[in-house]
Amino acid sequence: MKKNLENRRSFLAKTALSAVGMVAGLPVVFGRNLPENISPIGFLKDEEVLPGKHPDLTILNNRPWNVETPAHLLNDDVTPADKFFIRNNGIPPATTDVNSWTLEISGESVKQVKSFTIKELKSKFKTHSYNLTLECGGNGRAGFYPSASGNQWTEGAVACSKWTGVRLKDILQDVGINADAVYIGYYGKDTHLSGDADKVVISRGVPISKALEDETLIAWAMNDEDIPAMNGHPLRLVIGGWPASVSGKWLSKIVVRNIVHDGSKMEGDSYRVPKNPVQPGEKVPLEDFKIIESMPVKSLITYPKTGAILSMDKKLNINGQAWAGDLEVSGMQISIDFGATWQACELRKPVNRLAWQHWSTEVQFPQSGYYEIWAKATDSEGKSQPMVIPGWNPKGYLNNSCHRIAVKVG
Amino acid sequence: MKNITVLITALIFGITSCKTAQQSVEEMEENTAAVVDGKDAITGLFLDENLKFVQAHCTGCHSSKLISMNRFTREGWKEKIVWMQQTQKLWDLGEAEPLVLDYLAKYYAPEERSLRRQPLEVKEWYELN
Repeated sequence: MKKNLENRRSFLAKTALSAVGMVAGLPVVFGRNLPENISPIGFLKDEEVLPGKHPDLTILNNRPWNVETPAHLLNDDVTPADKFFIRNNGIPPATTDVNSWTLEISGESVKQVKSFTIKELKSKFKTHSYNLTLECGGNGRAGFYPSASGNQWTEGAVACSKWTGVRLKDILQDVGINADAVYIGYYGKDTHLSGDADKVVISRGVPISKALEDETLIAWAMNDEDIPAMNGHPLRLVIGGWPASVSGKWLSKIVVRNIVHDGSKMEGDSYRVPKNPVQPGEKVPLEDFKIIESMPVKSLITYPKTGAILSMDKKLNINGQAWAGDLEVSGMQISIDFGATWQACELRKPVNRLAWQHWSTEVQFPQSGYYEIWAKATDSEGKSQPMVIPGWNPKGYLNNSCHRIAVKVG
Repeated sequence: MKNITVLITALIFGITSCKTAQQSVEEMEENTAAVVDGKDAITGLFLDENLKFVQAHCTGCHSSKLISMNRFTREGWKEKIVWMQQTQKLWDLGEAEPLVLDYLAKYYAPEERSLRRQPLEVKEWYELN
């Protein structure tokens, strides 16, 4: 993937030399929407990066921005803002005035329509902080064959930062909801790529039971600072354990619905998988899809970075993160012999529900040569990560196959 | 790749002589009457206006299966022709060569395989101390 991107960037860079104002022969029609200091991908120089983001993140797409974090940059227990992936569906709002920003609560199942400024949210409700794992539903899509269309995420569309805000359930209690409430949906201030101001970019949601969990936050801070612009400043939903697309950014409205929310990217095959397993490449009628809820158990090796060359005489420390959607990770193992044998790792408890769990171990290699280290987590219901790519689905969601890195021992 | 070369070598050395040095295209067309599943019944190769050149220059000496079991790019098939010319007494295909290559590259091109895991690609190896 990275190789492809580099080739593309190199190609685009060459193209740019002969076509100022064009990218791959196309005019940069959305140039005016680019945040300051950001060049279209064709003009990116190596030293140019997204403001506030680590230079080694992998840019999959720049309109809209889709940027993933290499596994070895996710070694922190709490993901720093500069290493938090970006999955945008549209263009972030150009201006975000914290003082005038409001959150409206409405929909068929509220007892009243009510709006809050961020200041009111802070003063009216108790503030809570949780470390919450957010993973894009399409993380791992690049592993599927036949290829699924969309951003070809490899491993790094996942992060676990500390989020601070108020509980959605406290707000909904204040507003009052009716007994027929079944779902919530969000609306944000990002704008559609087409430039059509009336077109909703994305408006997803969760069942009311998930919305009313303690950890479902309306957050204004990440890691005790303002949320980065690309990650939803000044206000966003944060719902850990489910596809991160339910955690609406640049949040301006929550609707409480008496039906399953039918906003943009709730329907069709978006964030949905076949109800029943299908053969790879099979055409699946839309009525045979179901909405993805909790994400499956998964883990990453975050140290060392893949490609390490080490000497025979030393043990190698290995560590990483593991998470399991709504569940907890109960076991963590690694293999250096392609799954013939597995070695148990130290696994920490999550700091709170829906936070990822740090794991570590050390390994002694029996002889010199090429090795792959495979990592496998098991959730509290006994489900483990598959070593092979799991069930194919048309949109390439939920690839939770074992992460692996390559190591040479000399 | 190495294995395929060995295989081809083995098969070709098993052939004592070509049935005909260079059969006429007309003769070949007479032999391609029967069709099964879009393929020529005799050779099992895909029907195409260029098949006759393949029959004229290839399957006179070796089995058509040697073609149908393999997948190469146009450049890869060209290498096989050159190799056969250098070591297996294949003649100069003349004007037929691009047509033969068109045919081979069209029907017997590399296929993406459905691997459950791809080999790991390491962008950069580094010393870990």
